[in-house]
Amino acid sequence: MAGTLFDHIWDRHTIMVRPDGAVLLHVGRHLVHDGSRAGFKALAEKGLPVRHPERTFGTPDHYVSTHASTLEAIAEPHRREMVAALTENARASNVTLFDLGDVRQGIVHVIGPEQGITLPGLLMVCGDSHTATHGALGALAFGIGASEVSHVLATQTLWQSSRPKSMRVTVDGDLGPGVTPKDVILAIIAKISAAGGTGHVIEYAGSTFRNMSMEGRMTVCNMSIEAGARAGMVAPDETTFAYLKGRPYAPQGADWERAVAYWRGLVSAPDAVFDSEVYLDAAEIEPMASWGTSPENAAPVSGLIPDPAHAPDAERRGAIERALEYMGLKPGMRMEEIPINRVFIGSCTNSRIEDLRAAAEVARGRKAIIPALVVAGSGLVKQQAEAEGLDAIFKAAGFRWGEPGCSMCVGMNGDIVAEGEHCASTSNRNFVGRQGRGARTHLVSPAMAAAAAVTGRITDVRKLMAGGI
Amino acid sequence: MRKFETVEAVAAPLEMPNVDTDQIIPARFLWRARSDGYGDLLFNDIRSDSDGSRKPDFVLNRPAFAGAEVLVADRNFGCGSSREHAVWALADAGFRVAIAPSFGDIFFNNSFKNGFLPIVLPEARCNELRAALARNPGAKLVVDLEAQEVRGPVGVNDGFAIDHFEIDPFRRELLLAGMDDISFTLSQSETIGRFEDRYKAAMPWV
Ligand code: SF4
Repeated sequence: MAGTLFDHIWDRHTIMVRPDGAVLLHVGRHLVHDGSRAGFKALAEKGLPVRHPERTFGTPDHYVSTHASTLEAIAEPHRREMVAALTENARASNVTLFDLGDVRQGIVHVIGPEQGITLPGLLMVCGDSHTATHGALGALAFGIGASEVSHVLATQTLWQSSRPKSMRVTVDGDLGPGVTPKDVILAIIAKISAAGGTGHVIEYAGSTFRNMSMEGRMTVCNMSIEAGARAGMVAPDETTFAYLKGRPYAPQGADWERAVAYWRGLVSAPDAVFDSEVYLDAAEIEPMASWGTSPENAAPVSGLIPDPAHAPDAERRGAIERALEYMGLKPGMRMEEIPINRVFIGSCTNSRIEDLRAAAEVARGRKAIIPALVVAGSGLVKQQAEAEGLDAIFKAAGFRWGEPGCSMCVGMNGDIVAEGEHCASTSNRNFVGRQGRGARTHLVSPAMAAAAAVTGRITDVRKLMAGGI
Repeated sequence: MRKFETVEAVAAPLEMPNVDTDQIIPARFLWRARSDGYGDLLFNDIRSDSDGSRKPDFVLNRPAFAGAEVLVADRNFGCGSSREHAVWALADAGFRVAIAPSFGDIFFNNSFKNGFLPIVLPEARCNELRAALARNPGAKLVVDLEAQEVRGPVGVNDGFAIDHFEIDPFRRELLLAGMDDISFTLSQSETIGRFEDRYKAAMPWV
């Protein structure tokens, strides 16, 4: 294969180039959710059918209740209507739906890989920014807007005004104890900034990712958008194939052999040139936490909150000052002095089985001293966790064990953080008001979130692992 | 999509740089059905107090600017989160054109998908236009897509100029024909069909 992995998938899906330079791309598989109502509606208004319902898959996630996986449990009528509309639209257009009450229901970016819908070499889209998650399997996956959702439904194609640039982020070496994929991506964003990947598709390379589980790669790719990138991806390998084999929508039988033979070739050529290159040393990455209102505002847990006086320019000084004011924090404070009032473990970034295992390991035998919520990414993850007894560990430690959905990541279902509260959250965005008006989000790994739950402040999870607290 | 014919309409000046899509339409309203319209929510948090009452001094609340179809804004209009609802809110409130020194990328692209025309004019000219419109509330601008010109303000003797603007020729054609992306793509069905056959042959498992 010549060029980069991204080049290959992009070219393979290019149907035509318009005189204005816009490229028409074929969409391998398309994911929809309960926020996709406008996309279906626009289609109906034009009297158009869904072109490829067999390649369109849906599940409700943003608006669903974490108290019970039923429509009735959604108290607020507007939210209930969003979920009901998805059921109706999927039925009317023959789209595969993992609806409430189906154990396969969950966050759209968790169920894609879990069901084997996400495959290497595919161009995939979904009307949601965190579609980059699917790149972990070697797919090229973009988030798209509402008009584009109806465009994809009607034509199974997508216009892109220009070809993204490519960036390779290489991390080599072993991660230290207590250091997780979430810390890796937070460290990458802190290094390249929240705009560092703008206009690029990132390929994550190096031994750290080669040795990382599929779940971990998903966590990393998920947050590519928080570095400004269009998408993130990891070349598929034996870990990918082992993960996919036997999943319901993955190729079966002779197709499987043929697919794997093709997938093995999906790697960037040794001489492929990337528009930019970034290197990190895994050994230098510590457990991280965010202190501000952008994912780039993250620091090692042993570190200090920055002093705006040391910022390189007036614009960044102002940004740090505003962030600290909103967060109610002081320059130069130790990260471990940040008080935490609430904990959320979940979201498409960190709600898979490994994430729950890591959090349960820390929660085991301890007690949460603040409200803490654990929301599995799908019904199947929840079932698996219960089979392993993780729910019992969480409940014994005083954590609430919710039903699958996006929940407190964005608060659209009503699970919100109160004004002024600090929330240690395993989600992906710490923007002003993201988890509720005036909410103060601290992005952390599942293990760090569990540690904060039992201590009530940002805590270096390595101390708990050593049995220190 | 409605054809983009020459607009001659009241133009409203918006004196704020970096208006992001959250200011155009706050996230908490995104559940609303597209068919119910977003027009009344346009600029909600800058236009209204927290009790919902309209601030009388906000430009779009002033009677002279009722029915405005052209917005003259400052630099980086429509930056921030990618939500298309920002364009819908403007279009639903009756706007057909925004003129600014620069736009947020995604907002700019989303505009064309909704028959809404974003026009880039030099910063100095945008400043002049806003000042002239503020001095002459209710004055009109003419936006002629065919000729790629903004003319005005008309009907008042203050700051008139004819400004040429650039637009991608293909996008101009689509707007003039009232053809949205879906209609155009569907007109390419044959090419798409042939592509799909090849794709299916190469990757039968999809
Ligand atoms: S979990 Fe959060 S980031 Fe992920 S899809 Fe849901 S709302 Fe979006």
